[in-house]
Amino acid sequence: MARGGWISRWPVLRQLRGEDGRGTAARSARTDALRPRVEEADSVARSVCPYCAVGCGQLVYVKDGRVTQIEGDPDSPISRGRLCPKGSASKQLVTHPGRQTQVLYRRPHGTEWERLDLETAMDMIADRVVRTRRETWQQEDGGKVVRRTLGIAGLGGATLDNEENYLMKKLYTALGAIQVENQARI
Amino acid sequence: MNSDCIVIQGSNMAECHPVGFQWVVEARARGAKVFHIDPRFTRTSALADRYLPIRAGSDIVLLGALINHVLTNELDFREYVLAYTNASTIVSERFKDTEELDGLFSGFDPETRKYDPSSWSYEGAAEEAAAGLRGEQLEGGPRHAEAAGPDQYGAGGAAAPVRPPTDPTLRHPRCVYRILRRHFARYTPELVEELCGISPEGLAELAEAITVNSGRERTTAWAYAVGWTQHTVGAQYIRTASILQLLLGNMGRPGGGILALRGHASIQGSTDIPTLFNILPGYLPMPHAYLHEGLADYLAQAGADTGFWGRKRSYMVSLLKAWWGEAATEENDFCFDHLPRLTGDHSHYTTVLRQIDGTVKGYFVVGENPAVGSSGGKTQRLGLANLDWLVVRDLTLVETATFWKDGPELATGEMRTEDIATEVFFLPAASHVEKEGTFTNTQRLLQWRHKALDPPGDCRSELSFYYHLGKRIRARLGDDEIDRPIRELTWDYPEHGEHAEPSAEAVLREINGTGPDGRALSAYTELRADGSTRCGCWIYCGVYADEVNQAARRRPGREQSWVAPEWGWAWPANRRTLYNRASADPEGRPWSERKAYVWWDADKGEWTGYDEPDFERNKPPDYVPPEGALAEEALAGTDPFIMQADGKGWLFAPAGLADGPLPAHYEPHESPLRNPLYSRQANPARRIYHSPDTPYNPPESPLFPYVLTTYRLTEHHTAGSMSRPLAYLAELQPELFCEVSPLLAAELGLVNGGWATIVTTRTAIEARVLVTERVTPLRLGGRTVHQIGLPYHWGWGSGGLVTGDVVNDLLPIVLDPNVYIQEGKAMTCDLRPGRRPTGRALLDLIREYRHD
Repeated sequence: MARGGWISRWPVLRQLRGEDGRGTAARSARTDALRPRVEEADSVARSVCPYCAVGCGQLVYVKDGRVTQIEGDPDSPISRGRLCPKGSASKQLVTHPGRQTQVLYRRPHGTEWERLDLETAMDMIADRVVRTRRETWQQEDGGKVVRRTLGIAGLGGATLDNEENYLMKKLYTALGAIQVENQARI
Repeated sequence: MNSDCIVIQGSNMAECHPVGFQWVVEARARGAKVFHIDPRFTRTSALADRYLPIRAGSDIVLLGALINHVLTNELDFREYVLAYTNASTIVSERFKDTEELDGLFSGFDPETRKYDPSSWSYEGAAEEAAAGLRGEQLEGGPRHAEAAGPDQYGAGGAAAPVRPPTDPTLRHPRCVYRILRRHFARYTPELVEELCGISPEGLAELAEAITVNSGRERTTAWAYAVGWTQHTVGAQYIRTASILQLLLGNMGRPGGGILALRGHASIQGSTDIPTLFNILPGYLPMPHAYLHEGLADYLAQAGADTGFWGRKRSYMVSLLKAWWGEAATEENDFCFDHLPRLTGDHSHYTTVLRQIDGTVKGYFVVGENPAVGSSGGKTQRLGLANLDWLVVRDLTLVETATFWKDGPELATGEMRTEDIATEVFFLPAASHVEKEGTFTNTQRLLQWRHKALDPPGDCRSELSFYYHLGKRIRARLGDDEIDRPIRELTWDYPEHGEHAEPSAEAVLREINGTGPDGRALSAYTELRADGSTRCGCWIYCGVYADEVNQAARRRPGREQSWVAPEWGWAWPANRRTLYNRASADPEGRPWSERKAYVWWDADKGEWTGYDEPDFERNKPPDYVPPEGALAEEALAGTDPFIMQADGKGWLFAPAGLADGPLPAHYEPHESPLRNPLYSRQANPARRIYHSPDTPYNPPESPLFPYVLTTYRLTEHHTAGSMSRPLAYLAELQPELFCEVSPLLAAELGLVNGGWATIVTTRTAIEARVLVTERVTPLRLGGRTVHQIGLPYHWGWGSGGLVTGDVVNDLLPIVLDPNVYIQEGKAMTCDLRPGRRPTGRALLDLIREYRHD
């Protein structure tokens, strides 16, 4: 970096003097002190972009229990380190303030959300599944055995993991719930 | 990357799959010719050699004309076509074409509006029973037409004779090749100009490019997305491309193929391991009450006994063993009767109508937002409002969770919050970095994501939610017979961490399958039909080979061949290009050095090459199957399409489709034009719903003179809940807009940046006007047809930083009869300057359009 007083070190002046504006002349004490966020990360996880189905590789940097950066994975033969605007913005997907982190409950005819403990919500949902299944159980249809319930349906899956879809299909099917669908139908 | 010509049609790849598009750009830099065919000029068009504007809904006419060109001028890759397709196969004399029956194929029942496909069969199929093919496999009769969607055939397609009569000279009037020639004869350049709006010169340039760039030395690829699938003839769009690509010899070869550009991170995976009503993992059909009495009966009707689908018993028994473990025995049909039975269409839109009629009481919506993302949004919300209980799991408060509080029907007075009895549970979900597991990308590649950190607060993965829900349900069961399938279900996975998260690797290992010794299996050919193996999804068998998570492999691309076989794991058996036996000639030699990919090494007696051979490794090219052989042994050494009953690429589909063995052009359900080919205006077998809340715009209606199409933007994702709340993305694309041509803007007095109201019989929405020459008015049959484009990412909630009207509310609910996908890419609408009315006035406006 250039020596001298602050004026002579001022990048604008050095660029005007003809030094390379994209190289040394653009540097200042402040920019020299800047370090990439990824350098300070406690850990980095190898992941995959959650938006479209190209499957670009992502590197997820974490510091102090927070995601600090998500970048393209240069090792990926699919994406070679590149991400599109959505993939590049995906740190915001996991950190934006609009993200919900609490269970909410709306009682029948209610006008507002209420808070609910996660364990309580899980128990209430399990109760409803068991009750609805029993109340809507269909043993036969037109004399043919069907052993199912049309009272319970599910939607979603294309944004989820294979392992998750597997448990969903397995549980729904064992329950006799056949109206199981996802975005692939759309 | 290896293509010499790339045609992108029904996709805006540069904007919707930008990082995948880098390979198109590289191919073009290397000299490949790139075409873009789309209603709108986009960044994809800007980077193509040639852009051809097309009317939405007319693609079969264009592709049909290309087929006609290839056949008329005998430009097909004859050696490939004769050896690898059913071009020479002779079809039953009972078959009648649309050209004979004015738009219908033989077998149509006007009352049920369904086809009995038995007359489409190969010659002599009816006599095949003596040769080992059972009568019930021949896919005939009204009972079949009523009960079986094409989904009932499984991955192998329908059963067909393995060695039907053929005429290799292609002169027999009923051989497939001659049938194709007659069928497509009316798909002429003049028809293309009249229906698509593409000039004969544009068509000739395209036809020249794809034929010059196909054959031994060169290959052409087609790429499509939902611009092809979301039509009442969507499956037939892809069939048309398949016929063309088979005739040109571009299937199973490097730089060839038909590439589906899918839109969600694991939409391929959620089809392979389906959260879909009609299939089980690995494309095994769900059992049907009226077709299947027991396991043997089910297997007898679940598709072919020849080809690799012939091993279906081992796939199915291994799945049942994975689910019901020790309880599944030979004596009890491996718990086959634990599976619930279908009785018809239980798809998404039918289910929503069952919510409205009160059949469905409880609904789980996980990572999807139908209140904004599905066609006819009002119907969706009416369904939600009529449930007893609703569980929504997502990252944000999506509109599906909040419809009772802030849905559009509250503003119009059609709903009141206090009247809605639905009990709603919102459970926050873990994001993709807060859980581990695999996505399957659009190339069938499974990639494992490592977890970066724990999810915050109450957020949990779906894996955790469904596992713990299952445990709770099991704890609540008694010894009732109806509870046996859940009681006996294998539901025990290792848990870890303070939230008792189940192990995703243990689930993946169950999907992969285990052998009699309890060790992970290596390949689906190891699966047994006697109950000694377990496998949760046969096509994924091998993803955990050698007890190693193969999907987690990350050998850098630069350290591997261009095929990169050690990055992730592709199904089946880590094969990166399907049917790659076709990349070699019948003798097993590469068609050319330039296009060498997989070939027969006679010295070693095995197939080898850059990819895993999609073929039995040691089956020589001169293998001739013995009489009566089953499964893969029934296929010859020259049969590359190993999942098909006869190992051939089907130019003509003797069964397996709900709307005909060949594609025919029908107008969209809502179209401003009359179909000049047939008196059948639209696909006669399309699925129509008679719901008062989602009426249809009449065809050729002067009230709805414009063609409407919908699409995505780079900066947003589907219904917007994963993009509208992100500041970067919301700022880049803040507002809903409609794209209109300068000519239409002048006609209607629309101002760029001003407002317009778009109207259908469903509703009216408002959008900013974007006047642009990217939308070209088309001259069709002497009249000008305007197209209007709408991106569909906006809504009123989801924690969005930007809001906008719901485009999908405009759309009709009318479906392709094969796959039950809605027609979302070609509708009609009206367009008016100014903002839409609000409150009751909006309903009054729609009423005018419904009654006039």
